[in-house]
Amino acid sequence: MSDLVEPVQGHSKGASFINDPKVRSIGLQLVALILVVVFGWMFMENARDNLAAQKIATGFGFLDNTAGFGISQTLIPYTETSTYGRAFVVGLLNTILVAVVGIFLATIIGFLVGIGRLSKNFVVRLISTTYVEVLRNLPPLFQILFWYLAVLSALPSPRDSISLFGEVFLSNRGIIIPRPLFGDGYGIVLWAIGLALLLAILFGHWAAGRQEETGRRLPVLWINLAMLIGIPLIAMIVTGFPITFERPELKGFNFAGGMRVIPEFVALTLALATYTAAFIAENVRAGIQSVSHGQTEAAHSLGLRNGPTLRLVIIPQAMRVIIPPLTSQYLNLTKNSSLAVGIGYPDLVAVFAGTSLNQTGQAIEIIAITMGVYLLLSIITAFIMNAYNKRVALVER
Amino acid sequence: MKKAAIMKRLLSTFALAGAFGLCAAGAQAATKLDQVKAKGFVQCGVSQGLPGFSSPDDKGSWTGLDVDFCRAVASAIFNDPTKVKFTPLSAKDRFTALQSGDIDILSRNTTWTITRDTSLGLNFTGVTYYDGQGFMIRKDKKVNSALELSGASVCTQTGTTTEQNLADYFRANNMTYEVIAFATNDEVVKAYDAGRCDVLTTDRSGLAGERLKLTNPDDHVVLPEIISKEPLGPVVAHGDDQWFDIVKWVLFAQINAEELGVTSKNVEEQQKSATNPEIKRLLGTEGKFGEGMGIGNDWAFQIVKGVGNYGEMYDRNVGPATPLKLERGANALWTKGGQQYGMPIR
Repeated sequence: MSDLVEPVQGHSKGASFINDPKVRSIGLQLVALILVVVFGWMFMENARDNLAAQKIATGFGFLDNTAGFGISQTLIPYTETSTYGRAFVVGLLNTILVAVVGIFLATIIGFLVGIGRLSKNFVVRLISTTYVEVLRNLPPLFQILFWYLAVLSALPSPRDSISLFGEVFLSNRGIIIPRPLFGDGYGIVLWAIGLALLLAILFGHWAAGRQEETGRRLPVLWINLAMLIGIPLIAMIVTGFPITFERPELKGFNFAGGMRVIPEFVALTLALATYTAAFIAENVRAGIQSVSHGQTEAAHSLGLRNGPTLRLVIIPQAMRVIIPPLTSQYLNLTKNSSLAVGIGYPDLVAVFAGTSLNQTGQAIEIIAITMGVYLLLSIITAFIMNAYNKRVALVER
Repeated sequence: MKKAAIMKRLLSTFALAGAFGLCAAGAQAATKLDQVKAKGFVQCGVSQGLPGFSSPDDKGSWTGLDVDFCRAVASAIFNDPTKVKFTPLSAKDRFTALQSGDIDILSRNTTWTITRDTSLGLNFTGVTYYDGQGFMIRKDKKVNSALELSGASVCTQTGTTTEQNLADYFRANNMTYEVIAFATNDEVVKAYDAGRCDVLTTDRSGLAGERLKLTNPDDHVVLPEIISKEPLGPVVAHGDDQWFDIVKWVLFAQINAEELGVTSKNVEEQQKSATNPEIKRLLGTEGKFGEGMGIGNDWAFQIVKGVGNYGEMYDRNVGPATPLKLERGANALWTKGGQQYGMPIR
């Protein structure tokens, strides 16, 4: 019986194996893949032979060599005796720091300005439009240089620094704040902070569920704030204030002690955030305008005021349009952070593709690693944003 | 670094990867000298603007010690000091440009170190300027010695030996510091001028040049300490010994000319009437030394006529009569207590 049934798919009897579309497409792709791999392999072999012929050092062994140069901002311990590999990680973390803080700020500013562009208030609309038109039309490098030099020339030298309550100091060396010193028992305080966070989240969920059921709203914000401040405070009192602060003091040229935010970081992050925010604002405006006006009218006729209409009806629908171009802007911001070299911020390009490259001379390896890292960062960002996009996407029924 | 510069840098890295990746190993192209003769000029890598060494004027013509050296090479090959094209390079881009063949000579106040000479596929041809790293600071900071610099913020350019010397010096003297490294000289100067850092560090000849770019040059002082040896010289790529020889002997010819008192003013007269056999050999009236390198026998005559001897080149660009006001010091002839020594032409 079975040999009487013609298979619906797969190649039919009698027809040549070569004419099967499935076999064909896989075969062609396989050939293409082999060609690419062979070409890549030949390229690498050839490059290695030629470099060796010219006695140019090759390989990745240099990553274990002592770097021997200083870096002005390090998120992990680093000294001049650390390796190039460590310098790479320091640069990478500095890049990620700018990207994360920049994206956070750009999103907030972008949404505010984007909504402002559609405001009924003439002044708000004018300010928002001016913001967008000015900032997105100036090259980012100039904006970075502007912030850097404007910030630097506006701020005094460390000796005449602007002080806030004698604890925070503002000078052309950056913002200096007291450094927390952890004594015995600070672990308990950290646990208390974690506990407070957990309780706050759980309470938020519970309150939302209760509102769905009964329609009654609780003062979630105030109760959560009380928990977040109160619980760690009690823990501090119980353990006898194990966290003290080291106050910055002016010593010689600069402040000793305390923590410092360098002006390069401030200038770069602000410039990139405000620049990217101008593009995000346009995305947000487009997203909001894509939601039919009937939705607003419907919400108003249900008795919702302007705020809740925007928050509960318009924005959730606009997000579907906003997210994909927003992802591109996040990627742009991350990649633009490489303009840091212009103002001496020690990002990946400056530290690794700059100083390290020059000291080791291994241009091909270092540029390949650097490009790989930017690719990876971009893919991770895109992956997260795509996952979010799936969540807010319109589910067709 | 400007965006265009980043692009250029990436392009040259790709060109480098491409050149090494695609050319079959061992394939011997025409010699460098033939290539240079065929295109009709020497492509010379210089700085993006360092007064005294290589800087463009408002008409776009380049002057400086490093620039003059390239003109001397052009004189030796083409009998014409103007047959040079200049490529301005940042410190970090310079070696890549030479490795990828974008430039024929790198003459960009480059320090001769063992790493650069042995692992970058390059050859240093000599020393045009014996230098050392120093510090510049504002006079009103009232600092008299580099040993008082603990805790200072220091501005410098990336991709130089400076960063490592700085680290070594502060570490050896148990001092702390903060380094802010910029991609180009101009950015370093701007940041220092704006007060971002207390100290600017680079080679002392560089400090003399950079100082002229500051708002008030007289408010700044160069500290007496010299923390490193910085022999600056021209560089060529590995793989062409003839080219290496030519570039090397251009400098020796200039030094020999100064030792023998041959200047751009008296060189024509000397060529006709000199009786000293050393001068006759130098100027090509005796012996056939140019032929050995594949260039004219009057090569040294052309160098001195076109550019001058080493002393003239020094005095014109960086000497006491220029804004840089640098004494000869270590760069005086060996006969006058310095280190400049021309290998014998014989």
